[in-house]
Amino acid sequence: MATGIKDKVVILGMGCSKFGEHWDKNAEHLMVDAFEEAVKDAGIQRNQIEAAWFGTAIEEQHVGKSGVPLDMTLRLPYIPVTRVENYCATGTEAFRGAVYAVASGAVDIALALGVEKLKDTGYGGLPQRGRGALQSMTWANISAPGSFAQLAAAYRAKHHVNKEDLKRAMAHISVKSHDNGAKNPKAHLRNRITEETVLNAPMIAEPLGLYDCCGVSDGSAAAIVTTPDIARGLGKKDLVGVKALQLAVSNGQEVQFDQWDGSYFATTRAAAARAYKEAGIGDPRKQVSMFEVHDCFSVTELVTMEDLGISAEGRAINDVLDGFYDAGGKVPCQIDGGLKCFGHPIGASGLRMLYEMYLQLTGRAGERQRSSPVFGMTHNLGGFPSQNVSSVTIVGAYGA
Amino acid sequence: MFKPGLSKSSGAPFHHGILIRTMAKDIGLLSFGAYIPRARLQRKVIADANAWFAPALKGLARGERAMANWDEDAVTMAVEAARDCLGGIERASVGALTLASTTHPFDDRQNAAIVATALNLNPALRSMDVGGSLRAATSALGAAFDAAVGGTMTLLAAGEHRLAKAASTQEMQYGDGAAALLVGRGQPVARLLAAHTETVDFVHQFRGRDRAHDYAWEERWIRDEGYMKIVPAAVAAALKAAGVEPGAVDHFCMPCTLARVTPALAKRMGIADTAVRDNLAAVCGDTGAAHPLVMLAAALEDAKPGQRILVAAFGEGCDALLFEVTDAIKGLAARRGVKGSLARRKEETQYQRFLAFNDHINLERGMRAETDKGTPLTVLYRNRDMIEGLVGGRCQKCGTFQYPRARYCVNPECNALDSQDPQPFSDLSGKVMTYTADVLTYCPDPPAYYGMIQFDQGGRMMADFADIDGGKLEVGLPMRMMFRIKEVDPSRGFVRYFWKAAPA
Repeated sequence: MATGIKDKVVILGMGCSKFGEHWDKNAEHLMVDAFEEAVKDAGIQRNQIEAAWFGTAIEEQHVGKSGVPLDMTLRLPYIPVTRVENYCATGTEAFRGAVYAVASGAVDIALALGVEKLKDTGYGGLPQRGRGALQSMTWANISAPGSFAQLAAAYRAKHHVNKEDLKRAMAHISVKSHDNGAKNPKAHLRNRITEETVLNAPMIAEPLGLYDCCGVSDGSAAAIVTTPDIARGLGKKDLVGVKALQLAVSNGQEVQFDQWDGSYFATTRAAAARAYKEAGIGDPRKQVSMFEVHDCFSVTELVTMEDLGISAEGRAINDVLDGFYDAGGKVPCQIDGGLKCFGHPIGASGLRMLYEMYLQLTGRAGERQRSSPVFGMTHNLGGFPSQNVSSVTIVGAYGA
Repeated sequence: MFKPGLSKSSGAPFHHGILIRTMAKDIGLLSFGAYIPRARLQRKVIADANAWFAPALKGLARGERAMANWDEDAVTMAVEAARDCLGGIERASVGALTLASTTHPFDDRQNAAIVATALNLNPALRSMDVGGSLRAATSALGAAFDAAVGGTMTLLAAGEHRLAKAASTQEMQYGDGAAALLVGRGQPVARLLAAHTETVDFVHQFRGRDRAHDYAWEERWIRDEGYMKIVPAAVAAALKAAGVEPGAVDHFCMPCTLARVTPALAKRMGIADTAVRDNLAAVCGDTGAAHPLVMLAAALEDAKPGQRILVAAFGEGCDALLFEVTDAIKGLAARRGVKGSLARRKEETQYQRFLAFNDHINLERGMRAETDKGTPLTVLYRNRDMIEGLVGGRCQKCGTFQYPRARYCVNPECNALDSQDPQPFSDLSGKVMTYTADVLTYCPDPPAYYGMIQFDQGGRMMADFADIDGGKLEVGLPMRMMFRIKEVDPSRGFVRYFWKAAPA
């Protein structure tokens, strides 16, 4: 009988590069930034790492395939390195691999490192990429904002919300994240914005304007994980334990079967339900202290807060406009600035979210610090609302 | 000594009339269809934009011309006309398919085979492309009647998308469009009384290999030596073979872009002035090889039982075909036809867009347009029914419609293995479930509209949308599928087709 991952593994150290348009740095440079910080934080020697999981999604734009780029960069002694890719959940997928390796007892200390260098395409937005030989013949001419924008049409139809109300709630989400990002030295965008700026921005994919879209940047983040016993042996106190690691992947029901209505993420609902069970959380709205969710677009964050069971269905607009998710609200969401301000170097993003949770749980989040958080939850959403990968991770005070 | 000249109506060495006198009563035109693209470019904007260079165009600046969307060509328009023609008809009965055009997208790759796949016709099909002349379609129509006598039912589709140089008279006069006819044994709506062809190498215009545009000679010569001499010879022969007096013609269909030529010809030949049919110049333009069939389809929409329709197509000679409409015309199911196509109209006032769609200006399309559009032919072939035919699956166990057809049924309560029969989705109605208007993704006509289509009988797909007006999209909007260009691969010259959803 499976017992789940709760508290079997703890985070020993983490690192995160500055995110941004690093015109002067290769991906390898950013990887070393994240890795050096993580190793120092962990308080171990680099050769104590026994296995690594390497997350990168659009590798053809930077490091290329396989686990080799990680080891060519970090010079670890012929350890096993597994390269993973799972859409925007890639960084979290690397973390999942490392955590499972430690939980299995196969290794004592494992590394998860994600990186993406997106700003070498010559144009704004995510790089154009292939969809597979067959799918490219039938898939609509979809961009990332265009795929997520469709949530808004379906959500409005389902919940009888008018365009203006939805746009205003979406605007508040972006304004809130910029407020938070302004306080984060590692964020790419550190400017505050106003609701008016958001509402008057050029349209990208109806109804998403420029400020409804997250940035695109270069960055890397890393986590070193081990068992609670080893962490204690290394003198660590206030351990941050892994409480839940869940992943749900579309099987065609949304895009090919007649039930899904287009207004929510079926995968996120499935992954969240399993994660709360795994973590032993019965009332997430009350028990989870903070969220880093996949705010690739403002509307994604809005519906995700319903899919995670924090806002009631059709009520996220009210919670958002009431400030429930603001930094000073009941349950802050994107307290580090989110994808909105960090940008979304795909392989790194999941680990960057965990980095903020880890800083908060260890009391090191500076002026963003929440008082005594217990559980932090991260969420990634990759692909399209109709066909995607959704990951949900819960970390928290060990033993909580 | 052989002396070239036109045949005399009394002494034609061969014409179809000989054959037709013995043709069974149940052979004829069984159905017809048409398709005119929705955008209608206003001729005034062409004239205004070019007035600095070609002020004489002002004289032609009346009405509008049909303009293919960026994702339409002779093949896609022919498919739409053929679907209009085949509504309610068992497709397995079609034994032959001919695609007539002077603008087939492929020189080598049978264009008719694309049409056949899109229509999900039985592969046991005699198929061919005919081209090379403005009378390609009418010549193919004569051949279709020969085939009908032999027992083969022929679907004849004609589509045309001709390019014309900026500031040319052709740019003003041409239009894009398609028509289709079903010829065979059954309950014909019109029977062929006689047909006659004159083949004369009279070159009023030509388009050499690898040339994009037509090169035309002086109009006065075309009129006097061409139309006024060659057409009467062919028409007289056909009428004589049928034993029909010119005055008994009720509908005279003859494409001609020259002013006043058709009425003058009618008068010379003894055809009533009232029989001369509008050549649709004001509302559509001349659709080239397709135009005789477009005009015939329009005539059939108006014709009453017993009326006679004369079709004359000029080009390196002349085809003349004389039809008699039967009582069955009254029972023919409603269709879009020419009238419906013309009513499905959007005024286009952006000349620049027309130039861009026809690749006449070097637009900065941005880096997102640079992605390789290559098509792996193995993949296309293996999945041709799914891609070109929009064939999905219907589960034998639970009845679920689904696209694409997969080995496991998508219904989570079923998930049966290898349980699906092929199910064409192209003619299923649907509704918009989600949508967006995307300005980020590269699209030749931004924004790119797309979204989820829920089919009324079940099944859904994320589809590109076509022929959308900004601001008109909403959840629940009824849609129909249309055959369109998905990608043009400029580096290899390949065109890949797929289906898009358009407002019903």
